[in-house]
Amino acid sequence: MTESVVATRGLRVDFDERAVLHDVNLHVLEGEVVSLLGANGSGKSTLVRAIVGLVPAAAGEITLFGQPLATFRDWSRIGYVPQRATAAAGVPATVREVVASGRLSRRRLFRPATRADRAAVDHAIELVGLADRAGDTVANLSGGQQQRVLIARAAAGEPDLLVLDEPNAGVDRGSQEAFARALRTFVASGRTVLLVLHEMGPLAPLIDRGVMLDGGRIVRDGALPATAGAGVPDHLDDHETGLFG
Amino acid sequence: MSLLDYDFMQRALIAAFLTGLAAPAVGTYLVQRRLALMGDGVGHVALTGVAVGLLTGWAPVWTAVAVAVAGAIAIELVRAYGRASADVALAMLFYGGIAGGVLLTGLAGSTAATLNTYLFGSITTVSAADLWVVAVLAVVVIVLAVGLAPQLFAVCQDEEFARVTGLPVRVYGVLIAVMAAVTVAVAMRTVGLLLVSALMVVPVATAQQFTRGFRASFVLALVLGVVPSLAGVVFSYHVDVAPGASIVVIALAGFVISWPVGSMVRRHRNRHRPSDDPRVTGEHVTTGTHPHRHDATCGHPAVEHGDHTDYLHDGHLHAAHGQHYDEH
Repeated sequence: MTESVVATRGLRVDFDERAVLHDVNLHVLEGEVVSLLGANGSGKSTLVRAIVGLVPAAAGEITLFGQPLATFRDWSRIGYVPQRATAAAGVPATVREVVASGRLSRRRLFRPATRADRAAVDHAIELVGLADRAGDTVANLSGGQQQRVLIARAAAGEPDLLVLDEPNAGVDRGSQEAFARALRTFVASGRTVLLVLHEMGPLAPLIDRGVMLDGGRIVRDGALPATAGAGVPDHLDDHETGLFG
Repeated sequence: MSLLDYDFMQRALIAAFLTGLAAPAVGTYLVQRRLALMGDGVGHVALTGVAVGLLTGWAPVWTAVAVAVAGAIAIELVRAYGRASADVALAMLFYGGIAGGVLLTGLAGSTAATLNTYLFGSITTVSAADLWVVAVLAVVVIVLAVGLAPQLFAVCQDEEFARVTGLPVRVYGVLIAVMAAVTVAVAMRTVGLLLVSALMVVPVATAQQFTRGFRASFVLALVLGVVPSLAGVVFSYHVDVAPGASIVVIALAGFVISWPVGSMVRRHRNRHRPSDDPRVTGEHVTTGTHPHRHDATCGHPAVEHGDHTDYLHDGHLHAAHGQHYDEH
């Protein structure tokens, strides 16, 4: 039987007493690659942030791997890739140090990293093609390379579900290819991906299902057309910048 | 007679050594979190704690710890839950700390000279009882800063990501604030309440001139905290000035000297920048000798990749190309 990995029922999210998501019912099954699509301000980022517990739900319910979000504790099963942080932290950190923090859900307090931890970090760095840069300061990398560091950090925890918020925004073509390759490797092992995309780029062949949001509601949910230019558009252009990305 | 023959100098040097370790250890996390001035704020609040001690006759180091911890938790909660007015609330807390301290000291009948020994340190006033308290608190702070380094690093680096890995982010935030408060109390006899923040921040800023990573910055900052602390106390022994002033001036001198050296090091480093992984840029990379043929029955998961099929083999994607396999 295929497990339900993410499910929302009647989800509503409010910001400052204004609803930004209304009655959202989203289901993601084990092994699926699902993309949330829509213009800026359509609520797609808010939806993934609510699913991982960063934004409180005003109504409705969210379950992860069949567990209600409020009692979900199995965080090592989830790898989260936030939208790239614009401001770096105040102290430099190397690629390896940032990626290693992706293992924390599997580590115990006051214990050094195990051999398995170090191997997973090495593998995650290699997966995104940054093995030669592992000792470099993250802030000195290009935007696309920094985004790949965040993807490696999520992959280091060996999650069953990868949640990515606009992984391709403002990323060079080389990094998009590197990311598509990392995602292919991840999907090939039968795991689940939920991602927010503004445009599909090299990822289009990997996506099983697109969920289109508009004004905080799901307006379309189904397989993507085989060829671009017909049926569901793979993205909407921004003609008006929304309040929430 | 050597300066080490005086008991008070031995105590002052031990206190300075522990302060020089604890202050940059906490400071690294504060700087990483962009809360460099938190130590300053807690120092202001701790002054009220010292005055409570002077007024009641309790040991000022304990009353300072108590009030500084309460103030630090208040600052952290305002930061975490507060909104636009948070900086105003914090400013009021700082002014209240100073004003309350001066007021209570006056009521206690103590002089401004007494207050000065807490504000800027005083090498002759570290009692044996003080030293025990300072040593225990400093060791606790250092053990936490080192032992919980992976968790504290993650929380300071990216709070939202840390939450999604299941870390209790609020608890760690409060822990860092409490560690800063305890360090302020530890440091008040050597660098003093008004200058303790410099010893949290300046060594970290100096270390960053030379380091690429967090761990290296942390270790170097501890060294750069201990050296000025000891040197400043010795200087104060020979020239009668408050040790806080000499410690901070020496630490700042270190930063000024390191700046040009550090920028030369960085320029040299940037010249040798390795290129991207060839698999990423789409170049032709073959696997090593391959033990078997990938097909539907080989047991390796298959994934469609455009016009061909990749096979997941030991964490790599392999695609057939002529008589060999390519890394994809």
